[in-house]
Amino acid sequence: MDVQSIPELLADHLILGRFDAGSIETLAGCARNFHFGAGELIQKEGAPAELVYVLRKGDVAIEISAAHISPTVVETVHGGDILGWGWLIPPYRTLFDARALTEVSCVGLDAACLRGKCDDDPMLGYQLFKYWLPHLAARFRAQRLQVADLYGGEGA
Amino acid sequence: MVARVPETARIPSALLPMRARVAHRRQGPDDVATLSLCPVDGRLAPFRPGQFNMLYAFGVGEIAISISGDPGNADSLLHTIRDVGAVSHALCQLQPGDMLGLRGPFGKPWPVDAQAGRDLLIVAGGLGLAPLRPAILQALAMPERFRSIILVVGARSPTDLLYPEQLRDWAGEPALALSVTVDRATPGWSGMVGVVTTRLARALDRCDPANVSALVCGPEVMMRHCCLALEDMGVPPDAQWISMERNMKCATGSCGHCQFGADFVCRDGPVFRWDRVAARLRIRGI
Amino acid sequence: MRECYALDDPRLLLENFLAAGWRVIAPVLSEGALVPDVVQDADDLPRGILDSQAPGHYRLEEGATRRWFDAVVGPRGWKHWLHPPERRLWRALRNEDGFEIRPEVEDWPPTIFFGVRACDLAAIARQAEVFRRAADPAHATRVSATRIVAVNCGRSARTCFCVSTATGPRAEDGFDLALTETDEGMLVEVGTDAGASLLEGLGLRRASDHMRARARARIAEAAASQTRALPKDVAKRLPEAAESPRWEAIAKRCLHCTNCTAVCPTCFCTDIVDRTDLSDQRAERWERWDSCFTPGFSEVHGGPVRSSGAARYRQWMTHKLSGWHQQFGTSGCTGCGRCITWCPAGIDLVAEARALTEGD
Repeated sequence: MDVQSIPELLADHLILGRFDAGSIETLAGCARNFHFGAGELIQKEGAPAELVYVLRKGDVAIEISAAHISPTVVETVHGGDILGWGWLIPPYRTLFDARALTEVSCVGLDAACLRGKCDDDPMLGYQLFKYWLPHLAARFRAQRLQVADLYGGEGA
Repeated sequence: MVARVPETARIPSALLPMRARVAHRRQGPDDVATLSLCPVDGRLAPFRPGQFNMLYAFGVGEIAISISGDPGNADSLLHTIRDVGAVSHALCQLQPGDMLGLRGPFGKPWPVDAQAGRDLLIVAGGLGLAPLRPAILQALAMPERFRSIILVVGARSPTDLLYPEQLRDWAGEPALALSVTVDRATPGWSGMVGVVTTRLARALDRCDPANVSALVCGPEVMMRHCCLALEDMGVPPDAQWISMERNMKCATGSCGHCQFGADFVCRDGPVFRWDRVAARLRIRGI
Repeated sequence: MRECYALDDPRLLLENFLAAGWRVIAPVLSEGALVPDVVQDADDLPRGILDSQAPGHYRLEEGATRRWFDAVVGPRGWKHWLHPPERRLWRALRNEDGFEIRPEVEDWPPTIFFGVRACDLAAIARQAEVFRRAADPAHATRVSATRIVAVNCGRSARTCFCVSTATGPRAEDGFDLALTETDEGMLVEVGTDAGASLLEGLGLRRASDHMRARARARIAEAAASQTRALPKDVAKRLPEAAESPRWEAIAKRCLHCTNCTAVCPTCFCTDIVDRTDLSDQRAERWERWDSCFTPGFSEVHGGPVRSSGAARYRQWMTHKLSGWHQQFGTSGCTGCGRCITWCPAGIDLVAEARALTEGD
């Protein structure tokens, strides 16, 4: 059992912890705790993106699946990361499957609630941009390297 | 007429190898072979982690191969070779008992000893684990001298991971924090997926970046992005080292082939401090 | 001050050396050029010729005088002898056990290099430093069994720029004897005890102060006539121009023929190649000159590091004029001008160095 309150959990997070205290209180108003067991599906491709997960502990696999083959893990995200970005882009659809690789503890923020708060408080929206974008950019940069297939042509 | 004519001079042979035999051979992953060698003509000089030998295949030629053995064990002469060219193909075909030529060790080593008291981060991509293995073994032989020892290993896919048994052993090694990630997962892989740079922040989450020393080896692009990512995290550029690959023929700094700017990679490297080469690595075709 | 003697005819020295059993190597006429080769007879020494040199141009012609040493450096430097175009390193023979290795042993007879110019003396010293650091004893063994009779230049070719590289036209050291041709005969300067012993028994008279002054004046004339000069700060500035578009422009003219690296007296790069017999029982390793202008020179798995002509020209010139300082403490250029003369496209190293470091 977590003994910390949700604002405390958010304040401890690598990315959310950088928001000012007032904003964290506001975010906490949209938040609740989630726990997933190893192997459990966290989000499903094509489903409405109703939540964004602030990962606290554990590892999550982003998967692409097809009917006839086992799912392919294209990326793993971890405690300290934020899972999901379809929630901010209309029509707010989940784009990939996400599955817990280990026990996962996270805080889920209700997407509609969060969008509403940002509309009401542009400073909150700005902080989201400022602290979440570098995280997305780092993942984007890593994916570019992954596409480059660095080890494909290496010599002895 | 008394001008004294000196004796005829004798010019000694150069670049002579010593002979060695393959003691053991291991295939894999894929087209990679790891040979354990036993010198025939005397003993090889002790090597330091990161140094390389020139291996000669009879009649085919000679190539530079990093030493992957245990620097604490003089009989541990291990070379990991990917079958990509005529010489490496001939070397990869050698079986136990077969003979080859051996020169070296050559080159500047990983500065493992000098990192005492620091958090030692070792990042290996693909076959980059081969030249780093001696550095890891050296650090693990005296773990109390480091604040921590962290190893991040990346490979293309789970089946491309080098030294899988060794990695399993290291996973259970209390002095070592090991993190393995692959670019492409295969069914059944339950580990991390993503390039090595994605593991760095978490690997260092208990360290003060200013106290981290990094040894990085892998393809040039991977090393460049790794060192830049470490710089972004606050690891000092003068506390990061990489190992360069260039065409080496003589290994003594006279054939000129391996020049990288003003450096001879065979003699001034292959291990270079990152701040010395970072700017050069951004210019194409240096 | 070094001891100086007067000599009327340089053939007297040659005759004496040959009679004493030395192998004498001096620039002689070969296919329309002056090339250092073994001299059998003192009369082989060419006389009264002049060279006309310019970018992509070399001609020998009859001079107006009967001087011995007015024609300066030809295409071939002394590295052909001290760092030969190819040498066998060792052989390997298969046996039931694997193979055995047979070291190569090569002899170097007592030799005199006769007629080495100041720029080439500097080149010999610079290559010696390369091989000293590489711990390859061959070059040093050859040099130590060689006496050097230098010639101070009394005339410069249009391609000469040794004044700007501080390597000539006067030989300052690294010689056993140095000759300067004056209208009163040869001034013979003794550089070493070994040089003095080469003069024993010849009964040469001491040179007069007047003759010494005449010699100095001729060298000064040669220096003053040079029109080409490398920029002083080229070593520092050239790496800063690494991404200049000028490299691409040079590469368009460059034929990648490797002439410049072959004629350069300091270029030392080699390849090591294997030769086997058809039965695969005998293998040989050979070292032979290579050039950074060949694409395969920088080959690593996946292709050459320097895949463009621009990158290869930049490598050659930047190494020669800049990187060499960091590697060996001197420039790799001694101002001999051979790379300018023997470039079939007439690329002028000095002009390009200026353009790259000063802008167009």
